[in-house]
Amino acid sequence: MKKFLLTSLISLMLVTNVSADTDGENNMSNKNLGEIKDCFEGVNRATFKFNQVLDGVVFEPLAKAYRVLPSPVRAGTSNALDNLSTLVTIPNNLLQGDFKKATVNTGRFIVNTTIGVVGIFDVAEKVGFPEYEKEDYGQTLGVMGVGEGCYVVLPVLGPSTVRDTVGSLANLMGGDAWYNVTVANDTQHFSDFDYYATRAGAGIDFRAKNIESFDNLEKNSIDFYASIRSLYLQDRAKKIANSNATTEAMDDGDWEEIETQ
Amino acid sequence: MKKFFTLIAFLIFTVSSVNNVYSIEADVFVQSTVNRAAKTLGGNLTKEERVEKLKEIARDTVDIDGIGFYSLGAHRKSLTKEQLTLYKQVFAEYFLKSFSSRLAEYSNPEIEVNSKKIINKNYTIVSSTLVATDSRPKVSIEWRVYTKNPNNLLIRDLIIEGLSLARTQKEEFSSIINSNDGKIEALLKNLSDFAAK
Repeated sequence: MKKFLLTSLISLMLVTNVSADTDGENNMSNKNLGEIKDCFEGVNRATFKFNQVLDGVVFEPLAKAYRVLPSPVRAGTSNALDNLSTLVTIPNNLLQGDFKKATVNTGRFIVNTTIGVVGIFDVAEKVGFPEYEKEDYGQTLGVMGVGEGCYVVLPVLGPSTVRDTVGSLANLMGGDAWYNVTVANDTQHFSDFDYYATRAGAGIDFRAKNIESFDNLEKNSIDFYASIRSLYLQDRAKKIANSNATTEAMDDGDWEEIETQ
Repeated sequence: MKKFFTLIAFLIFTVSSVNNVYSIEADVFVQSTVNRAAKTLGGNLTKEERVEKLKEIARDTVDIDGIGFYSLGAHRKSLTKEQLTLYKQVFAEYFLKSFSSRLAEYSNPEIEVNSKKIINKNYTIVSSTLVATDSRPKVSIEWRVYTKNPNNLLIRDLIIEGLSLARTQKEEFSSIINSNDGKIEALLKNLSDFAAK
C-alpha cells in the first residue's frame, strides 16, 4: 500500500513537473522570474520562515553544540556519513552511465568501510582516490533531461525542486541500501533509529560547517529567501553538469553587454 | 635600410613596453588584492577602521558600476537616465557596505592563487583556494576579472564553490522588482535602507 501511494505521488509530481516546464499554456508561467520557476512563491516563503524559526530554535543550537566536539570527532563523523552516502551515489553513477565512477566509488566504499572502520577514516582519499562527488536520484533525473520544474521549499528539509523531491522519494522505494537495511526491512543488526539518526546527523554536520556563512549571507541579503533559492538552484545545476569547471557553467552573454571602460 | 628597420622595430617595442609597464597579469592582480585585504583583516585595526579600508580596496579593484548593471538584468533597459544615475549611486553605497561587512567577519583569511584561464580579451578567470581552518573546510574561489583595460583590471564576480555571487545578487534584485510590479523604486528603497542601517 505504501509503495502504491509513493508511486502514485511520484507519477503525479512528474506529470505536474512536465507541465511546469512548458511555456505559454501554463497559467503559472507568469510566476517565472527569469529562469526560475517559483510557482508556489507565497507558500514557499511561508515555509521558509517556518524553517528559519525551527533552525533558530533547534538546528543552529544543536550545530553549535556539535562544534564544541573535538575536530577529529567531527571529521570522523563527517567521513562516516559521506561513506554511507556512497550507497546512493553508486547506483546513480550506474544510472548516469558513468561506470568508471561507479567502480571507483565501490572501491572507495569497500576501503573506507573496512580499513577505514565503517568510514570514520577516509583512507581512500589518503591513498589517492579522486575527490568524492555525491550523486542522488534528483541529479540523475537532471542528467536524463528531466527539467527541474517548480522550486519548492519543504518543511524542515528546506529548498528543493519538484524533480529533486521526486528523486529523493526514490530513496524510500529501494534506491537507498542503507534505508533498505534499517527501515524497509527488519534486520537483526539495524533499526529505524539508525537511519533517522544518520539523516539527522548529516543535517547537523552540514549546518555546523555553515554557521558563519549562513549568518553572513542572511545579514547581507536584502531578500534572504531569494538568495537561498538562487544558491540552491545554481548548486544543483553545477552538480548535474558534474563539472567543477566554473567557466563551463557561466553564461558570459549577460556580461558582454556591459561596458564601463 | 637595415638600421632604419631596426630603429622602427625598437620604437614599436618601446611603445608597447611603455603601454604594458603598468599592466599586470590577472592572477598577480588577484593575489595582490587578496594580500592587501588580508593585511587589513589581520592587522590591529578597529572594526570601523577595517570596514573603511576594505571599502577603499573595493573602490580600487572592483567594477562596482559593472556589477550594479549586471545585477539589474533585463530591467536596466527599461530605466530612464535619471533612474539609472540614482541606481548607480544607491547601488555603490549598498555594495560597499555589503562587501566590507562580509569580509570584515574573516580574521585571518589565507588565499592561495592557483591558476588563471583567459576566456577572451575582456575576461580572465583566476582560480584560488581559501585555505581550510579548524572550523571550515577549504573553499575554492574563482575571480572574474575584467581585462578590457590591461592597466586597470577590475573584479566583476566571485564564484565560491561554483556559486556566482553576482548571479545570486541579480536573482535577488529580480525577485524584489518582480514582487513590486516591475518597479525599480522598491529595489532602490531596499538598497538605501540596507546602506543606512
